[in-house]
Amino acid sequence: MRAFTYERAASPAAAAAAAARNPESKFIAGGTNLLDLMKLEIERPRHLIDVNGLGFDTIEPTAEGGLRIGALVRNTDLATHQAVRRDYGVLSRALVSGATGQLRNKATTAGNLLQRTRCPYFYDTAQPCNKREPGSGCGALKGFSRQHAIIGSSAACIATHPSDMAVALRVLDATVETLKADGKTRRIPMADFHRLTGATPHIDTNLERGELITAVTLPKPLGGVQVYRKIRDRASYAFALVSVAAVIQRDGTGRVAFGGVAHKPWRVEAAEQALPRGARAVTERAFAGAKPTEQNAFKLPLAERTLAAVLTETRA
Amino acid sequence: MDDEKDSEISRRELLILGAVSAASVAVLGTGEAEAQAPSEASMRMKVAFDVNGTPRALELDTRTTLLDALREHLRLTGTKKGCDHGQCGACTVMVDGRRINACLTLAVMHEGSKITTIEGLGRPGALHVMQTAFVKHDGFQCGYCTPGQICSAVAVLAEIEHGVPSHAAVDITAAPAVTVDELRERMSGNLCRCGAYSNIVDAIREVAASRA
Repeated sequence: MRAFTYERAASPAAAAAAAARNPESKFIAGGTNLLDLMKLEIERPRHLIDVNGLGFDTIEPTAEGGLRIGALVRNTDLATHQAVRRDYGVLSRALVSGATGQLRNKATTAGNLLQRTRCPYFYDTAQPCNKREPGSGCGALKGFSRQHAIIGSSAACIATHPSDMAVALRVLDATVETLKADGKTRRIPMADFHRLTGATPHIDTNLERGELITAVTLPKPLGGVQVYRKIRDRASYAFALVSVAAVIQRDGTGRVAFGGVAHKPWRVEAAEQALPRGARAVTERAFAGAKPTEQNAFKLPLAERTLAAVLTETRA
Repeated sequence: MDDEKDSEISRRELLILGAVSAASVAVLGTGEAEAQAPSEASMRMKVAFDVNGTPRALELDTRTTLLDALREHLRLTGTKKGCDHGQCGACTVMVDGRRINACLTLAVMHEGSKITTIEGLGRPGALHVMQTAFVKHDGFQCGYCTPGQICSAVAVLAEIEHGVPSHAAVDITAAPAVTVDELRERMSGNLCRCGAYSNIVDAIREVAASRA
């Protein structure tokens, strides 16, 4: 691990200002992904700003009938919260399908959104990776790409975003609230939070330097039957090959987002109109223009079958 | 009170220091890096926390994980280093009543924390009930993962008692119960290469049943 200095942020404004001042700084909250990457010297911050003392650790009702989830609410606490389990079951389900009990006890809501890809070429500093070292190339394109993106990727990067929670937040139309270094606040819809890789795969999100996530808000409950189905190589503690977050109403209409297939939660609202006609009608539209590799082409039929299983479950 | 017992630099630490110095020389080739490189003094910080009921005060390199602080500085070597990346669970300890991977958190992030390690759960002659159950059910072979397994197991039963849901839940709104499926899912962050899993589950179930 490279050497760094460390401070405990005294206030949200001080944290954002400190991060904006020092381009080689990073916020640290749970630290479960950042420290892993720092040990491998994939992340090399010169300064850490510990935000754990800033509060942001409560879940409160909003005036609109939704919930405001503090950025520092731990994954365990979010998954356990009674109103989340009752009204946003897809979110609770997604959270408990990810990581382990130990990691969920530490990982935060904001940190979960900001975790980086688990692409093995990103993790191996002996390999080229445009996300880790812009311009060095992509080892995955012609390498082992079974886990990688099938849609929304580019010639520069075919990494996926690993979060389960983010897929549920996307299907729920959550909003990320932030505080910028200039003191202004911003509300970013989940749809616009993560970026596709394009020509700049080293930039994961649309946050500005020093911009601090303070909360994630959920709109009022959608009702319906809520499902998160995750397909992976092990029964527990593995990242998704394909996952489906769905909110299905009694009349068969609803919403669906896919994980494990792109560099952001993959949701195509126009495809959701086909939900009453079954899984294939939806995935044909949601994955139009998909560009899988030979090794991950299986994800296309897997997405359709996983959605079919989810729709069967919601009708039961 | 200074709990640090590392005034005599070990051979291993000397080798590490040598490697760090060599890296510093390489980095200092550019003027910009030189200007931004943290000084030796600014990389050391004081931190105080409670370990197994005893207050401890340390001055550490900021890079020191909680795991290394426990093992290398406080000489509490019951907590094990397996993968050092949060994948194996050998370093599981409880901080403020919750199990975490001690390898994926910095010691300086734990000012004021209450930390419980395997040494704090029981000791020879006065074992914790979970330790007794692991012995009775052969919940280990080589024993390397065992301190982490036991800390995790104690925390798992507390999590179930507090209604924390898991992926094994059939109904996410229902209160969880101590079932084999629940225990297997909740213990999935603790790997055992000897494969003592079924005996570990038996040990945890016995402790849970004795409390019911």
